[in-house]
Amino acid sequence: MDRALVAVANSFVIALLVSALDVLAGVPLAWLITRGKSRWLNVLDTFADIPFIVPTAALGYSLLLFWNGPQGISAFFSGSLISTGWLLIVLLHFAFSYPIVVRVMVGALLDYKREYEQQSRTLGAPPFMAARTVTFPILKPALIAAFILSFARSLSETGATFIVAGAFENGPVFLQNVRNELSVSAPALYEGATVFASVLLIIISLTIFGLIRILGPRLRLPFNRVLPSIERKLSYSKAAMSRNSITIIVFVAIVLLPSLFVALPAFQALFTNTFTDAISGSGVWGDYWQSLSLSYILGALVTLIGFIVGLPMAILIARKKFGKIPSTLLDILVNVPLIVPSIALGVSLKFFWQSFAFIPEFLLLVFAHVAITYPYFVRSMSAAFERISLDMEEAARTLGAKPFGVFRTIMLPLAKYSILSGAIMVFTRSVSETGATLAVVKNLQTAPVVIVNWVKTLQNPALVNTGITSSVVGLGCGILIVLSFIILLLLRFVTRGKGRN
Amino acid sequence: MLKRDKKMPSVRVVNLTKKFGKIVALDNISLEVHDQEYFALLGPSGCGKTTLLRLIAGLIKPDSGEIYIGDKRVDEVPPEDREIGFVFQTFALFPHMTAWENVNYGPRVKNFDLKEAGAVGHEVLELVKLHERMDAYPRELSGGMMQRIAVARALTAGAKTLLLDEPLGQLDAKVRNEIRYEMRRMAKDLNLTAIHVTHDQSEAMSISDRIAVMKKGKIVQVGTPQELYMKPNSLFVANFIGESNFLESSVAAVNGSDLEIELRGGAKVKAVGNIAEGERTVLCIRPEIFVVELDENKNENPLRGKVEKITFEGTFVRYVIRLESLDSVVVIKPSLTEKWYDVGARVTLSFAPEKAQIFPYPEAGLLKEISV
Repeated sequence: MDRALVAVANSFVIALLVSALDVLAGVPLAWLITRGKSRWLNVLDTFADIPFIVPTAALGYSLLLFWNGPQGISAFFSGSLISTGWLLIVLLHFAFSYPIVVRVMVGALLDYKREYEQQSRTLGAPPFMAARTVTFPILKPALIAAFILSFARSLSETGATFIVAGAFENGPVFLQNVRNELSVSAPALYEGATVFASVLLIIISLTIFGLIRILGPRLRLPFNRVLPSIERKLSYSKAAMSRNSITIIVFVAIVLLPSLFVALPAFQALFTNTFTDAISGSGVWGDYWQSLSLSYILGALVTLIGFIVGLPMAILIARKKFGKIPSTLLDILVNVPLIVPSIALGVSLKFFWQSFAFIPEFLLLVFAHVAITYPYFVRSMSAAFERISLDMEEAARTLGAKPFGVFRTIMLPLAKYSILSGAIMVFTRSVSETGATLAVVKNLQTAPVVIVNWVKTLQNPALVNTGITSSVVGLGCGILIVLSFIILLLLRFVTRGKGRN
Repeated sequence: MLKRDKKMPSVRVVNLTKKFGKIVALDNISLEVHDQEYFALLGPSGCGKTTLLRLIAGLIKPDSGEIYIGDKRVDEVPPEDREIGFVFQTFALFPHMTAWENVNYGPRVKNFDLKEAGAVGHEVLELVKLHERMDAYPRELSGGMMQRIAVARALTAGAKTLLLDEPLGQLDAKVRNEIRYEMRRMAKDLNLTAIHVTHDQSEAMSISDRIAVMKKGKIVQVGTPQELYMKPNSLFVANFIGESNFLESSVAAVNGSDLEIELRGGAKVKAVGNIAEGERTVLCIRPEIFVVELDENKNENPLRGKVEKITFEGTFVRYVIRLESLDSVVVIKPSLTEKWYDVGARVTLSFAPEKAQIFPYPEAGLLKEISV
């Protein structure tokens, strides 16, 4: 019981710390991407997405190698620079929630009317002061959203955290450990502990988000005092230069490099038997390819179902079909799967569907992933539909289009890019999902589950001759990253010419 | 306290050029706005007038050229140090601040003595007659109120030059007509230099001391409203300011500056100008300078025609008259003090030669030349 409490408390401390750091470090990058003039910023923009699209399990392993492994940065120091435990978890969560903050803030800054800021400049505020007193107070909802999203992501992530946690436990890791330790030997204790920790996580996070929702709009950023000389100094060349440099250094050194570090052993593996083994699917690789295809099939199916299920809800919310208050309420409720830790969600789903014993495991997995990714689709689609003026819909009606025709010929084409980016988010989220998957399934293995198991095997000195080496794991992660990166490039390619400029 | 009594700065730009990618927004422009002048930048959309205003404010940087406010060159001075007030078409009132906080924003970020600034703030709100709405948020104010708060905010920040970017563009017609005189009165009362961007020629004409007419990144003509109306230097200005009839023609005879102009169809009229015999020309006649009479062959050199259409517009009656040359002209007459002519009536038109303008026929063609 105490162990569960400590683990849950750890979760919240880490989530708070990580989201605060993320907002601090992510906002300057978003600023640089949207306001800078260099054309390299587009590349930077793409790179910022990488940790988002890399399955978290692979990400976790990559960070472990980078910060902790003998091949990584620790090689320059005697022994491991950063050992497994809370600091590594913070670094990990920082890395994978950083892109969320950047994405949200880039979107907000692109939509923001620059006139407010220019107005503030003409009234006498230097750039830094203009941003502090006008731009960010106006963008407060986006800041809060970015904070909430990275907070939720940090709370709920399981797979990668498990890899880097070592002996340290936060909520999801605790749930996973309990499952490994007790599910066979003491099933009653296991269920009790799981339910207790999950319910605790859900209740506290719902309370926190409720509080943020209520208090957020009342929170005023401190803007009554100005410090003209200091803010003036912060505004011009030297300060801006060093701010940009620090931003990029933090991004590259703490987010990008560690995320891609796993590719290194993968390169080595290319020239050894590991690669031929992998291609031929011998030994452990049979499982790997099977799990990889399961992951991608699952991802595609979940995306399709999510679209079909999410679409009507998005329209309901965007067009306020039930009136204002019910629609707002729906809007909030849709977010619940986003803010509930995924492993707790998995456990909750498992207990829910357990009573229907005839449901095959694969379907359970689909249900779980649809539930987890549902908010992403509804969010991006309803936002897109809201931006489409009602006038356009009505114009189409007066020209003779039936409601479905209006949807097909007006709404869908106009929302195409938002739907597509929603789809990509759902797909990558499903492919990288670990926590809920672990909670739901007994026999089926998705790619992240396989990788987590491999890493655990590798880290356990008691297990030898399993055929799993660091280059095997490296290549496994590498393949996942390369495939994910191709998806990312496709997304950029398909949506090119929209959004930016 | 609010009234500026010292000399206000003039604004001067020299050889200013600004490109956006391949589009030349401003093409080597030079212009001077005098101290305490109410000056309008007038032109069709896309002519570069807003770009010029934003360059003066420092919101964008020129590719080449110089900008002076007062005697100081300000190209490299950031907008917050130019002592300007800028009013956007959308007013850009900060949505997270009340009217009062908006008005007090300038003094606060400039670290003025807040007590003194508060007094100025009250005075300005009094001036724009919005004192009782000082605690309202922008979303609770009407368009006209928002516009006045935006101006008040520029004033409290200590602006010496008021830069107004289509400040009345978002208001409905009735409010717009009221507020435009208020804008001028306020600037004049406070002895400010004001530059007012608009595409509405009647707005520019009614409130400006001087106007610069712009077209495609260039300044076509600078002058008082009367100069622009009476002596347009180009077909473009003649068309853009007020209304004109353009008649294709050629110079039949020259006697000093008295010209005999031959219209299509052979009718000959007199005009004053400096164009060689035989040249193709465009005769430009304002609708209100025609004298209309029933056709009784009294005039020596008449334009004959038939009333084709008549429109009652309240103060004025507008006729469309088809000439024998097949040109048709618009004639405007006061509706209550002048005789009306019926559709189908045969009439003769005449005009005082010195009131018409004559221009060489433009190389690019008439329509292209006057198009906005």
